[in-house]
Amino acid sequence: MQSADHLNLGRRRFLRQGAFTVAALGLNLVLPPWARSGNSASLEGMRPLTGNVFDLSVDRAPCSIDGRAGNGILVNGQLPAPLLRWREGETVTLRVTNRLPVDTSIHWHGILLPFQMDGVPGVTFPGIKPGETFIYEFPLKQAGTYWYHSHSGLQEQSGHYGPLVIEPKGADPDSADREYVILLSDWTFEDPHRVFAKLKKMPDNYNFQQRTVGEFLRDSREAGFGNTVDDRLMWGAMRMNAADIADVTGATYTYLINGHGPQDNWTGLFKPGERVRLRFINASAMSIFNVRIPGLPLTVVQADGLPVDPVETDEFQIGVAETFDVLVQPDDRAYTLMAESNDRYGYARATLAPRQGLSAEVPALRPRPTLTMKDMAMDHGEHGATDDSRMDHSGMHHGSMDHAAMGHEMDHGGGAAQQEHKHPKGPGVVGLAMNPVNRLSERPLGLQDANHRVLVYTDLRAREKNPDVRPPQRELELHLTSNMERYMWSFDGLKFSEVDGPIKLYRNERVRLTLVNDTMMPHPIHLHGMFFEVVTNEDDFKPRKHTIVVKPGEKMSVDITADAVGDWAFHCHLLYHMHAGMMRVVSVIDEPAPV
Amino acid sequence: MKPLGTLCGIAFVLFVSDASAQTAADAFYDPEAMAAAREALKEGHGNQLNSLVIAERLEYSAADSEDAYVWEAQGWLGTDANKLWVKTEGEYVEGEGTEEAELQFLYSRAVSAFWDIQAGIRQDLEPSPSRSHLVFGAQGLAPYWFEVDSALFLSDEGKLSARLEVEYDFRLTQRLILQPRLELNFAASSDREVGIGSGFFDCVAELRLRYEIRREFAPYLGVSWGGDFNDTADLVEEAGGDPRELAVVAGFRAWF
Repeated sequence: MQSADHLNLGRRRFLRQGAFTVAALGLNLVLPPWARSGNSASLEGMRPLTGNVFDLSVDRAPCSIDGRAGNGILVNGQLPAPLLRWREGETVTLRVTNRLPVDTSIHWHGILLPFQMDGVPGVTFPGIKPGETFIYEFPLKQAGTYWYHSHSGLQEQSGHYGPLVIEPKGADPDSADREYVILLSDWTFEDPHRVFAKLKKMPDNYNFQQRTVGEFLRDSREAGFGNTVDDRLMWGAMRMNAADIADVTGATYTYLINGHGPQDNWTGLFKPGERVRLRFINASAMSIFNVRIPGLPLTVVQADGLPVDPVETDEFQIGVAETFDVLVQPDDRAYTLMAESNDRYGYARATLAPRQGLSAEVPALRPRPTLTMKDMAMDHGEHGATDDSRMDHSGMHHGSMDHAAMGHEMDHGGGAAQQEHKHPKGPGVVGLAMNPVNRLSERPLGLQDANHRVLVYTDLRAREKNPDVRPPQRELELHLTSNMERYMWSFDGLKFSEVDGPIKLYRNERVRLTLVNDTMMPHPIHLHGMFFEVVTNEDDFKPRKHTIVVKPGEKMSVDITADAVGDWAFHCHLLYHMHAGMMRVVSVIDEPAPV
Repeated sequence: MKPLGTLCGIAFVLFVSDASAQTAADAFYDPEAMAAAREALKEGHGNQLNSLVIAERLEYSAADSEDAYVWEAQGWLGTDANKLWVKTEGEYVEGEGTEEAELQFLYSRAVSAFWDIQAGIRQDLEPSPSRSHLVFGAQGLAPYWFEVDSALFLSDEGKLSARLEVEYDFRLTQRLILQPRLELNFAASSDREVGIGSGFFDCVAELRLRYEIRREFAPYLGVSWGGDFNDTADLVEEAGGDPRELAVVAGFRAWF
């Protein structure tokens, strides 16, 4: 009997080891070469797909997330999809074959191309039917870091995204000794349609950082019982949740860097003293990240693919679909690259190290931020268009308890004009911003009190003069609207399903689009086909972006030159917000603006 | 020349109206395929059909006089604005059988950010003789996070009654939730056959402590105090019952 037990034990051990080997093998097969951890000793080591003609195939495929077997909708069987490395000035051909039983698509995020190649079913093409091969072909008019993803249903949540790098025609102004793509994403083992259905049933079901009786007692000790009661009554009266930071959280998400979970710990190797370029891409469905590398200053050199004047910082927030190129010069030690989800319920993490096998301390998650009166566009510590939150540390806890100011402002003692709301206000609209302000110079939610440098939008200044410096001929205002209790998201109170026609722009028209965020959430707003100039200043070097995070309670503007004739999608890049209706079509009509 | 000018005018108008219908892609792809894709895009961005089934209370209730199984559940199917809403509640008393069972079929319309108005029918399967009612109600979230369900019922006997239910969730921790619940019932006139006197006739005050193992599944323990009042209390006493009753309850809440 004893020998039989021994045999069994031996067999079990063998099986276990076997499973490990298979899992490790599986991981390496699924991950594209550039995303495999620590494998690349050089730039060439990333082995992207290069050339002018690419064959991509979309199919269901197994993948491994932090050692657990998953199943995704993947491009060429890889999570993330292959890194495509293109050259500015060339024309690329992409033959995309759909091996799914449903339609698919690929949208080239941030790429300036003829609209019929943009890849949005129902806007720019009919979509790619099962079994069909669609051929995209377009010239490359730009350089930089971009990405691509499905624009069909919720496929993006299932892994259908990958990075794009376009090398400049001439010398790269931000060349480095070594470079890595750092592609952030969020993975769930749930069916994405189930995630959306659960949000519709119980919108706060993924929030495990609600305000509790315990938090009430803590706040009472810190801010006084009366103040805390007032604060809770104020939020309760409006049926708003000050702890509602993210709709979908680490309760279902595993956050990934280049397809690796925190346990997988993707590692990028460098030689000490090298200048390393990190191309950050947030390819998440729903997750906004705060990114830092403790011990290493970050020099931001490009935003959304375009060069900006280098700006050194210690932490930056990256909204869904944004990209930032960052230069670092690491010493002979390991560093943790920390990407906290903005609600601080989870994180993605990677390691930069001079040798394989090294790692650095992973910092603890910081406390969940709490929304304030300002996020509701009802705070009036300051008036005027801008203010600097770095000088305003009342933000986090105690600012929200400042009722004297609120009452005063509601009586209109102050100078700020009250915001008009000329849009429908049905069951889908709660909480109209009374006094939204420009917050481009403010730190993002939760980073107001960080005791190191934090990137703000006004730090970004285009390195090249804006191509079109005409003043806007026309101003459009669009409100970001929602009702969290019904999980309804819209522009101007109308879901995409309720909208009659597109937002019309005329050929080469110069338009200022002002966005008013009536909701309590930051929204990464994305326009296809044209870049925005973010109105951070009134000179000719405004940062140009394809995606801009509009803070809660904010009113800000972007300028657009309508130089791309055709129909383009315009939407919140939080996938479930778009799915719920936070989308429009922008039609650039091939005729001059009527005078 | 004139017809040509008109034709050009029509072509121009068509072009403009095409542009306003976001049909630029029709110049490159099969317009029929584009039309279908446009329709799918529209439906898929805000007009989806959603649903919820929630058993608020599935419990065993132990009181001095009797032990019972109690259920209260509801479900809906529909879009953000329009829903079909079904509600059911009832009580099965050990040794005696089903004493109360009602079923409501309602059309529910979102009329404001936090409120739906509901109209439909209610069928009482027990007690007998069974009654049918027309229902008109309002369900939603009141300021300060009170979940409210209120309804007027007009029975096939012409009797008008009303019900108000209010719940509140105290989050002790992220998963441990204390829920007080109050239910009040009123009748405009008595319906003695089913044991209802006129006026304020019934009150239920309850407290449940649930633990959300998952958000979708939470077992709980609680206490439930029920009281009959006015004529109704007399009717209960005549029938040999106790108009006041305290029960200990154990059960679970589940949704999907």
